[in-house]
Amino acid sequence: MQPLERLVEADRVHKSVYTDQEIFDREMENIWEKTWVYCGHETQLKKSGDYVTLQIGRQPMIMVRGMDGRVRVLYNRCPHRGVQLCGNRQGNTGSTFVCSYHAWTFHLDGKVKGIPLPHGYDGTRMNPENPDCSMKAAARVDSYRGFVFASLAVEGPTLLEFLGEARIAFDDMCDRSPEGAVDIVPVCHRVIQHSNWKFFMENQLDALHPSVTHQSTGVAASRVERAIKATGESPPLYYHYLSAFASSFDQWDSVQTINFPRGHGILKGYMGLRPDDPDTKEYVAAMYTAYGEKQAEVFLGRSIHHVLIYPYLSVQSPLQQLRVLRPIAPNKTLSEIWHFRLRGVSAAIYRRALWYFNLVNSPATMINADDLENWTKGQWGLESNGGDWVSFHRNYGGDTREGDIVYSNKGTSEAVMRSQFAAWTEYMR
Amino acid sequence: MSSSKLPDRLLEDVVIFDNRETQKTGAQALAPDHAPRQTLRGAPLPARGAITAPDTAASLQQRIEQFLYYQSELLDQKQWAAYIDLFSPDGIYWMPVTAEQTEWLDSPSIFAEDRRMMEIRMGRVQHPNAWSQAPQWGTSHIVGNIVIESADPSSIVVRSRFQMIELRRDNLRHFAGTYRHTLRRTGDDFKIALQRVDLLNGQAPFDYVLQVWV
Repeated sequence: MQPLERLVEADRVHKSVYTDQEIFDREMENIWEKTWVYCGHETQLKKSGDYVTLQIGRQPMIMVRGMDGRVRVLYNRCPHRGVQLCGNRQGNTGSTFVCSYHAWTFHLDGKVKGIPLPHGYDGTRMNPENPDCSMKAAARVDSYRGFVFASLAVEGPTLLEFLGEARIAFDDMCDRSPEGAVDIVPVCHRVIQHSNWKFFMENQLDALHPSVTHQSTGVAASRVERAIKATGESPPLYYHYLSAFASSFDQWDSVQTINFPRGHGILKGYMGLRPDDPDTKEYVAAMYTAYGEKQAEVFLGRSIHHVLIYPYLSVQSPLQQLRVLRPIAPNKTLSEIWHFRLRGVSAAIYRRALWYFNLVNSPATMINADDLENWTKGQWGLESNGGDWVSFHRNYGGDTREGDIVYSNKGTSEAVMRSQFAAWTEYMR
Repeated sequence: MSSSKLPDRLLEDVVIFDNRETQKTGAQALAPDHAPRQTLRGAPLPARGAITAPDTAASLQQRIEQFLYYQSELLDQKQWAAYIDLFSPDGIYWMPVTAEQTEWLDSPSIFAEDRRMMEIRMGRVQHPNAWSQAPQWGTSHIVGNIVIESADPSSIVVRSRFQMIELRRDNLRHFAGTYRHTLRRTGDDFKIALQRVDLLNGQAPFDYVLQVWV
């Protein structure tokens, strides 16, 4: 691997950071297997024994609710011969994990419970007192407003330090509920991206691409939206989810990005999610009752399209959905797409967010179809010898720094990518 | 953490896009359409199997089979407008995520489309700048195990199984599952009130996405 200074410059990066296996392995080791990684939401585990399996970097993990109600994250591996203890994506394991190979059993906190014919270990160093006989746990587990994270490193920043200002992702999601909380919708869409994980993270705050990449969908949706208007009806809000993608370059340039340390960032809102209809009025009234008018207006008035938690999470807080990346290889990334329901709101308000999930985030998405095509071709281009560098020069030098936050001023500034690579370099040292 | 200006920043300079009639930018320029779909424009509709026997129970089964074969053929021949026209004005195409789901509007779905939304999808794939349609792309459907679950003078519920192979660029993908059609009788013909599609691999990871109806 080349020295970092030769891979990342202030306004461009070397193509190999997207394609090189050695760099990918180091990312898994230095980033995913050290930093706080999103595991899931507390409402996925309703009762003790409920579990989900997930991947932290290259490590297969289990998130489980214990008999004491606590959520723990354990390695999905039997300490005897290494067989995975949970072979399913989710379920309830009762009060114990049982290995399907030789019937070793474990408590929900990972401690060994029983070994068949235990005398067979008499006089060996493999005895139940030895921690090697129990399932290994993630070094640290913490949660913020119901969202559970784990870190496989003993040392390092706390979860709140890691999230920094970007924790607004979860505040913004939950604060839009009159009860201050969300419930997970137990459906996960999974889509494979044939590209390096960085394509997705860069694309999420790239305001220059939508009117080009998504022109076909935006134009088709605008046409139908106008046909509805011509009949005197007003088109439902969700048509605008699609038609907004075909807005002009000028409009996109007027949206700002806010870039935090550690590569996190915000793309400010542009869709206008507060129509003047009876459902919204009823919802706003419930918010006023819950929080008082002034505070409710702060919660409802935040201009956010989505918040990125670098390097793997995109949270669309105003519509209560998020996408998590689980990288598989330099050119292969799994994305998991989840949706949450605001507690204490009407079906109509839920349906409004659901439309975005169905139209934009489902595996029949009319938006990501073209993104995925771009990223695949992008990966192929970067694997070629047609050039060595990826350009992030747009508006270089034109951003505003206030303390450790960078404001892009222009929506289409590549400040986002420059900020992400500054964080990447720190992680990779 | 120092006292944050972020909360204020998020309430300032709020931009909301309008849907202007014409937005003249470079983004609106149309690329020449190199997609293979070009050659399909204006192609004649596929022939429909003719059943002239009187409406005995046996011939109702045959007519429904022919209807489903025709529907598959329209998809495989990319006759999107004719496909959409098989649906009644309030018809719905719905692909839920799990078999347990019963409400198309209030549950997360892979597809949940009325005719207007289907028109958007058609407009999208026909647009010259639908980049995902540029590589060669096509499907081949087989429909079978066709069972009339119920039939009364106004509506018929039909269950069937399908297999679909999709070619995209150089790769084949295989999809399979169950159709459940709720059909309305319109004279001798049918219109689809609801087409429910339960994909066997609906919860498996999707290698790329589904661009049009299955």
